[in-house]
Amino acid sequence: MILYSARRLALAVPLLLGMSVLIFALMRLVPGDPAVAVLGYKATPDGIRALRESFHLDEPVPQQYLRWLGAAARGDLGHDFRQNEPIGRMILDRLPVTLELTLLAALCTALIGVPLGLLAGGRRGGAADRAALAVGLVGVSVPDFWLGIMLILGLSLGAGLLPSGGWVPFAESPGENLIHMALPALTLAVSRAAVLGRLTRAAVLDTMHKSFVQYARAKGLGERAILFRHVLPNAAIPIVTVLGLQVGYMLGGAIVVEMIFTLPGLGRMTLDAVLERNYPVVQSAVLVIGAMFMLVNLVTDVLYGAIDPRVRRR
Amino acid sequence: MWRAIRRALPAGHHGVTAAGLLVVAVLTLIAALAPHVVPGSPTEIARDHALRAPTWDQPFGMDDLGRSILSRVAHAYRVSLGVALASVALALLVGLPLGLVAGYAEGALDQLIMRPLDVLMAFPAILLAIALMSVFGTGVVLVAASLAVVYTPIVARVVRAAVLAVKAEVYVDGARALGAPARRLVLRHILPNAATPVLVQASVLMAIAILVEASLSFLGVGVRPPTPSLGLMLADGRGFMVQAPWMVIFPGLAIMAAVLGFNMVADGLRDWLDPQQAAGRS
Repeated sequence: MILYSARRLALAVPLLLGMSVLIFALMRLVPGDPAVAVLGYKATPDGIRALRESFHLDEPVPQQYLRWLGAAARGDLGHDFRQNEPIGRMILDRLPVTLELTLLAALCTALIGVPLGLLAGGRRGGAADRAALAVGLVGVSVPDFWLGIMLILGLSLGAGLLPSGGWVPFAESPGENLIHMALPALTLAVSRAAVLGRLTRAAVLDTMHKSFVQYARAKGLGERAILFRHVLPNAAIPIVTVLGLQVGYMLGGAIVVEMIFTLPGLGRMTLDAVLERNYPVVQSAVLVIGAMFMLVNLVTDVLYGAIDPRVRRR
Repeated sequence: MWRAIRRALPAGHHGVTAAGLLVVAVLTLIAALAPHVVPGSPTEIARDHALRAPTWDQPFGMDDLGRSILSRVAHAYRVSLGVALASVALALLVGLPLGLVAGYAEGALDQLIMRPLDVLMAFPAILLAIALMSVFGTGVVLVAASLAVVYTPIVARVVRAAVLAVKAEVYVDGARALGAPARRLVLRHILPNAATPVLVQASVLMAIAILVEASLSFLGVGVRPPTPSLGLMLADGRGFMVQAPWMVIFPGLAIMAAVLGFNMVADGLRDWLDPQQAAGRS
């Protein structure tokens, strides 16, 4: 188990390095002089020179990369071009919002997706199965951002049930915080829940054919007991794996959802930086989100190995 | 009642494929013939019709500038489907040979091809697309190119896995024993048998491409404003959603219809081409 985890971790290091090279190279491909891009119409030759110097833009590119990587490894992501705020601080401030959103959405995904899949897979071909399949197919095809807009239109502006945007720190008022997080988490969860539901159904159907299920049925166990005691624990492995991968994808989806619900998270910060052409912030934010995505996948991989000993032997 | 509905639907997954293909075909036709079949111009501004609710001759209503939403949706499909098709085709063009070579060669060449692609896949797709758009700028061509970059590693990985699986088959060994050269082995024996998962993946990618293009345009890093795009229409409509909900409802439904169509095709193809798995699935 330890060996397996260590091997997965060892694979992650070159991947992370590759990611940093890619991002750095990408940001150097921005057409024109980044100093001019930042200063815009206010650019004076002196200002540009000062900026180039303070951000070491005159050094050879490999040296700039190593300087950035070395500082990043020490937790120093540099300063924002505009407000001269430390980027590391900016990211840490916004990280909890995105993490909370992602975790709540994962919870919603599991609570919607798994029962949907069980309902469908429990009696294959029945009305519930057909309905769940149709719901799943539609759920997979709904655009996140449109669903968010529709939920705002119906539940907050129409029925006045939940706020349409804004955010309250959890420490200030846990209840208010959760009320503001409800719609964003649901928006992020629906299409993932549909995927998870379809997968749960497939996993349940797959397990239903196994001989231990036939044995349980032969010894006279009820269908309900078979489903919950024998089928679900065995179908849990793919379900947990896919849920783990989905948590990773939610980090990407959070960009759109945070924008619609005006949540001060990492995704919105990244998008704002992209729209303002604030490249140092884009560079660091993309690296941090990418690293988190990779970390989630890594943890999922290791967990997969922990639940199912057969995986470790590969 | 259920029995009646079930009887009305075509049987099993062939029905799903057929329905999906029908949706895709109709939407493609609408996109191709948009200027001829849809009433009104997508760009003509008529201020006195601004925010007019749906009527019989304009069933989707008018937007804030009095432009026909039906006409804009039809024209936006050209961008949506065009970008999706171009990006998937480009990803196949690059990813297919890469995956084929990586899977067939294995060893060092495999590592050389797949490791860099793994790096591209280590980012959430939408984040990578946004990063690419932020560097290279916005516009229809760049959206398609960015999506192609995001999809190429996915295609390569699927092709590689399929090739690895097919390579172990007896008929490949047989052909090799008969002295077939590598090129013939790959093109005549391995590729046709590895085509199934690639076809399914291409259909799934079409669905995702439509979603991602709409998301990027919605966020302001995709297609540029004068071009009608479903994502841009939603972004515009957001400001008017209380007075004119039709501005956000119809473009969204339009995106969903297209994505649903391709997902249905993918689902049906998967079951049809892989009956063994279908037995467990449906």
